[in-house]
Amino acid sequence: MADPMKIRATLQGDVADVRVLMAHPMETGQRKDAAGKLVPLHFIQTITAQLNGKTVFTADVSQAVSRNPVFAFKVKGAKVGDKLSITWQDNTGDKRTDELVIRAGS
Amino acid sequence: MHQTRRSVIKAGGAAALFAVFGGVLLQPGRALAAWNKGAFEAKNIADAMKSVGVANAEESKAIEIRAPEIAENGAVVPIDITSNIPGTTSISVFIEKNPFPYTGTFDFSQGAVPYVHLRVKIGESSPVRVVATAGGKHYTTAKEVKVTIGGCGG
Repeated sequence: MADPMKIRATLQGDVADVRVLMAHPMETGQRKDAAGKLVPLHFIQTITAQLNGKTVFTADVSQAVSRNPVFAFKVKGAKVGDKLSITWQDNTGDKRTDELVIRAGS
Repeated sequence: MHQTRRSVIKAGGAAALFAVFGGVLLQPGRALAAWNKGAFEAKNIADAMKSVGVANAEESKAIEIRAPEIAENGAVVPIDITSNIPGTTSISVFIEKNPFPYTGTFDFSQGAVPYVHLRVKIGESSPVRVVATAGGKHYTTAKEVKVTIGGCGG
C-alpha cells in the first residue's frame, strides 16, 4: 500500500480550496535505471474526489503528470464538517483512499 | 460456550472489515473502466484530440492557462487552468510535443468550480493545449512553455 496522501482544504466563504499531494513514482516507461534497463510504466490513472459521498471531481491522467503528483481543485457549497474523500488508482491496480473533515480556518 | 462466542465475534469483525474495504474498492473500478487507453496512447495531438472527442474545438479567450513562460525543470511544470465559460463540465490537457500528448481530463460536478492545478512533465518546449467542454461544445486555447531541461527521459 502506498503512503498516505496529504490533503488540505481551505474554506474561503463557501468555496473549499482543496490541495492534495500523492506519493507515487509516476514512471513514464522511458526512464532507464542505473543498470541501463527501462523502468516499466507505473503511474496513477484515475482520481476521484467525493464531498459527503457525492463525486465532485474526477481525473483521468497519463504518465506525463509529475512524480508525487499535486492537484488542486475548488468546490463551491462546502462547509465546516463536510467529509472529503479522495481515491487514486494506478495502472498496476494499486489504489489508495484518504479522507479529511473540513474544519473552520484550516 | 466461551470459545464459540469468541469465534462468532471474530467472524463478525472480519465481515464488517470486508464491508468497509469492499465498498471503498468498488468505487474506482468504474472510473478505471472509462480510462481512454486509445487517446492516451496517441502519438500526435490530432489523433489524441480525435480520440478524446474534442477535435472540433473552437478557439476561445475565456480559458485561462497560468504556466511559466520558461520552465527550468521540465520534470515539474506547474499549470493552473480556469475556464470562464459558463457550464464548463470538463477540462482536457494536451502537451503537443510530448511523446504521448494527451495528459488528462478533469471532470467537475456537484458544485466543483472549473479550475484545476496540476504539475506535469514536458519533454521539450511545446504548446500546452487546453480544451474546455461546456454544454456539449468544446473550446480551446494554448500557451507555449519553453523547457530548458526535459522531463521525460532519464
